[in-house]
Amino acid sequence: MTWETVIGLETHVELATRTKIFCSCTTQFGGAPNTHCCPVCTGMPGALPVLNRAVLEFAVKAGLALNCQITRYSKFDRKNYFYPDLPKAYQISQLYLPIARGGRVELHTPAGDSAVGIHEIHMEEDAGKLVHDPWIDQTRADYNRCGVPLIEIVTEPDFRSADQVIAYLEKLKETLQYLGVSDCKMQEGSLRCDVNLSVRPMGSTEFGTRTEMKNLNSFKAIARAIDYEARRQIELLEEGRRVVQETRRWDENKDATYAMRSKENAQDYRYFPEPDIPPIELSEEYLDELRASQPELAEEKRARYQAQYGLPAYDCQMITLDKALADFFEELVELGTPAKQAANWIMGEVLGALSTKGLEPRDMKLTAKTLAHLIALVGAGKLNRNTAVKVFEAVFDEDGDVDAYVKDHGLEQVSDAGVLEDAVTQVLAANPQSVADFQGGKEKAFGFLVGQVMRQLKGKADPKLVNALLRKALGGA
Amino acid sequence: MKITTEMVEYISQLSRLSLPEEEKQAMTAQLEQIVDYMDVLNQLDTTGIEPMSHVFPVKNVLREDVVEPSFDRALLLANAPVPDEEAFLTPKSVE
Amino acid sequence: MELRERTALELGAAIQKGEVSVAEATQAALDAIGEQDGTLNSFITVTGERALERAERLQKGVKDAASPLYGVPMALKDNICTKGVKTSCASKILGDFKPPYDATVVEKLAAAGAVSLGKLNMDEFAMGSTSETSYYGPTRNPWDLDRAPGGSSGGAAAAVAAGLGWYAIGSDTGGSIRQPAAYCGITGMKPTYGTVSRYGLIAYASSLDQMGPLCRDAADCAAVLDVLQGRDRRDSTSLEGDYGHLLASLTGDMRGMRIGIPSECFADGLDDEVRRSVLAVADVLKRRGAQLVELSFPVMEYVVPTYYIIAAAEASSNLSRFDGVKYGWRAEGYEDLTDLYNKTRTQGFGLEVKRRILLGTFVLSTGYYDAYYKKALQVKAVIKRAFDETFTRCDMLLTPVSPTTAPKLGASLSDPLKMYLSDIYTVSVNLAGLPGLSMPCGFDAKGLPIGAQLIGPHFGEGRLLNAAYAFQQDTDYHKQMPKGGERA
Repeated sequence: MTWETVIGLETHVELATRTKIFCSCTTQFGGAPNTHCCPVCTGMPGALPVLNRAVLEFAVKAGLALNCQITRYSKFDRKNYFYPDLPKAYQISQLYLPIARGGRVELHTPAGDSAVGIHEIHMEEDAGKLVHDPWIDQTRADYNRCGVPLIEIVTEPDFRSADQVIAYLEKLKETLQYLGVSDCKMQEGSLRCDVNLSVRPMGSTEFGTRTEMKNLNSFKAIARAIDYEARRQIELLEEGRRVVQETRRWDENKDATYAMRSKENAQDYRYFPEPDIPPIELSEEYLDELRASQPELAEEKRARYQAQYGLPAYDCQMITLDKALADFFEELVELGTPAKQAANWIMGEVLGALSTKGLEPRDMKLTAKTLAHLIALVGAGKLNRNTAVKVFEAVFDEDGDVDAYVKDHGLEQVSDAGVLEDAVTQVLAANPQSVADFQGGKEKAFGFLVGQVMRQLKGKADPKLVNALLRKALGGA
Repeated sequence: MKITTEMVEYISQLSRLSLPEEEKQAMTAQLEQIVDYMDVLNQLDTTGIEPMSHVFPVKNVLREDVVEPSFDRALLLANAPVPDEEAFLTPKSVE
Repeated sequence: MELRERTALELGAAIQKGEVSVAEATQAALDAIGEQDGTLNSFITVTGERALERAERLQKGVKDAASPLYGVPMALKDNICTKGVKTSCASKILGDFKPPYDATVVEKLAAAGAVSLGKLNMDEFAMGSTSETSYYGPTRNPWDLDRAPGGSSGGAAAAVAAGLGWYAIGSDTGGSIRQPAAYCGITGMKPTYGTVSRYGLIAYASSLDQMGPLCRDAADCAAVLDVLQGRDRRDSTSLEGDYGHLLASLTGDMRGMRIGIPSECFADGLDDEVRRSVLAVADVLKRRGAQLVELSFPVMEYVVPTYYIIAAAEASSNLSRFDGVKYGWRAEGYEDLTDLYNKTRTQGFGLEVKRRILLGTFVLSTGYYDAYYKKALQVKAVIKRAFDETFTRCDMLLTPVSPTTAPKLGASLSDPLKMYLSDIYTVSVNLAGLPGLSMPCGFDAKGLPIGAQLIGPHFGEGRLLNAAYAFQQDTDYHKQMPKGGERA
């Protein structure tokens, strides 16, 4: 029998607001335990929540970008359960009237184009962090993350493969980053994904029993967990056994999923409308304003770069992988750098340096102004490309001063014809054998002579000029 | 409506309460009496009436996204029954 | 006149004139507490030293006082957060909890020059109608020490009635200011929902809770509300706008005011003496120019179940945070996390609190939400509509506060449903978010105070206080003082 895998995703995305969802504590990552806290986010008796305007705005922006219906009259609800990472013993979330519903995301995978439905997006608060200390056999509760704003994006069970899931997550990440709604850093937990998966005989229209997988910390882990879990379920069914509806944890080291210790109690969250937060009513004007302020998304940029600058599709793809990178590219072009050169530098030197240093584009200190100047020096024949790369490496980390560096290291390109001619004459005189070889038809000898001239001039010569002068001298000899 | 001991046990568990046996019996009887009395609401036809969670038409109460200083940690931890210098402590609660 | 017989405004005026120092007034109150509170048990925590220190400081600023209540000693119900001062909700589970912050009302009172004497006894987590569910023992009624002062703000009512302070701040979720005010013969007011910030009030039922004053008379209530009211950016449910300067608006002029008398509130189940005294209020107000309107308020039988479903549901959630981890008391001898939760909560909460938590959990649980909780929210809409309709025909309603006068201690606890039913005249006011005022209007044959309730539309505080003020111009029930606690 052939089987079909059916997958739905619940993705928690941390919003890039400055403050928490219901209080004015910072959302900054890290910080000593319980130092980004106040009575509201530690659930002190008597403290009350007040909604952050930016959270609402970011959630609506995400909803619009994912083609959702924005809920014009939305409310918060309480989800009640006991756990030490939830100091109020209820999470303020949205069940009955979430902020957005019914969206759609187009996917492009090697297997073809498809679309996945967005069931809903709701706003909620994050929980704290628990760390067990084996020395004292106690768990420490750190509430710095409590109240960090999240949106949960729930898809319809529309995925049929890990490829589609990854394509969706990449697009989601790209979109949310472009919106400025989230930085989507998986390693810091600002994008977390639960995967609901079931299998069924191909052609069947009924859903099988699903499991939910947690602790998926990278796209790679998600893809592998999907493959593993689908295989596990298929094996069970083929052996005539059944799939148990449960929550399973992905173990990165063992490359397998494990059933989590079943909660001692039934999950009955007793949702009810949050009495401390009045409803949200959004006007058409507000939505229009946000629609108008939506930035150009990656796909739109790619199309524009191709049309406007005539860049190859590959270049457009690479430059727009990250919004900070695309912004950098646009700045370079704005500063007069030819588009293709800007693209080459970004795809080559910039991405290379970022990857070597393990930096995200948005953390790069090098400014477009500095790089544009460097590229312009090459264009003006004042630096050769290879020297420029060395300068790039020198100024990259701290956005150093290109001119000062070039001057301090005597790197200005030598374009003075007299200096060059002298060097050529000396090299020819010093290497009669090579001259003879060249004249005997060995083209390779020419390269050697160019190299010698460049060496004599400490690499600062314009190779084109050296070439021309050398040919002239040899031809005339 | 009939309230059974099992129901009381279930809601006790959800509420993290573990009533002693005799308290449980008394509670079951009292809850049944109270819930019975509440069933009087069924006499009122509320078809089509929007449930009212907020009594006033207040809406969109929002705060600006501006950071204010957090609290002194020592003050927040001062009331914890078992704290250390930086966190609230609980018995093992992670797998 | 003895200091303790003065109203808060009279004392404030004497302080302004320099006839009495803030410290003298504070010491007098502390002496009265020392003498009487051993039997009354109206305070859980007395902050005498703090109060005297503050009195000395305040004395220096008497000349610049902005509030007529400057320097007047008062006290707070023990569910209002006071920074560094034990706030227990009269529950074992909060232990010696000392909040890291002050409630908004506490900040406002401090800014107005109030001297806090301490924290007042109450029903545990404000759940009860007699103040007997307190972990710190019952408060006694200063009119009859064998009787309850009412609840849940029983400590507040008993203390003000006995002269242990000139006013108190209580909270009212289903009658918890008005009913004890009635049982203790003082004037109390539950303001329009959202006009007094709830920030720092330890929640019982968030959609119904509202703080307000318990005072000797209506004018004092007006002065205290002038201090408390106003939008607070920390409470999302607090309303824009205010009800104006209440104290300055008191004229006693009742001409043209239409007073509705709902027949359902004077039907069976109401004590005869209470009925007569409350209806007599109508006659007094009529002589002052008010018009009486007989009307029907047909949803009375639904108000108590609706109230208890909503209040219990919210309470079950609000009280979940008390788990022995972040603050308060933790049980001993637990095996693991769940056992810690179970033991702490089972031993830390009293019976009535556990009953309401269970009831609230039940009405929200899978399978019962629609039948109970959702239904109650629908009936709440019906009740609100009934009030809206009623206030097109009258400007305020006159009703009893409670079916009887103060019950004997111990008489109510055995039958919770009976206790719930005694809240019939007060709970609808909270469901609809309305202002309600309770004032003394007579005494029964046993010498116990009887209270009358005035209910107004939203932001109707001014007219209710003015009616009470008018009534108190022509009567002296509010001037009677009880024998109080036994002198030590």
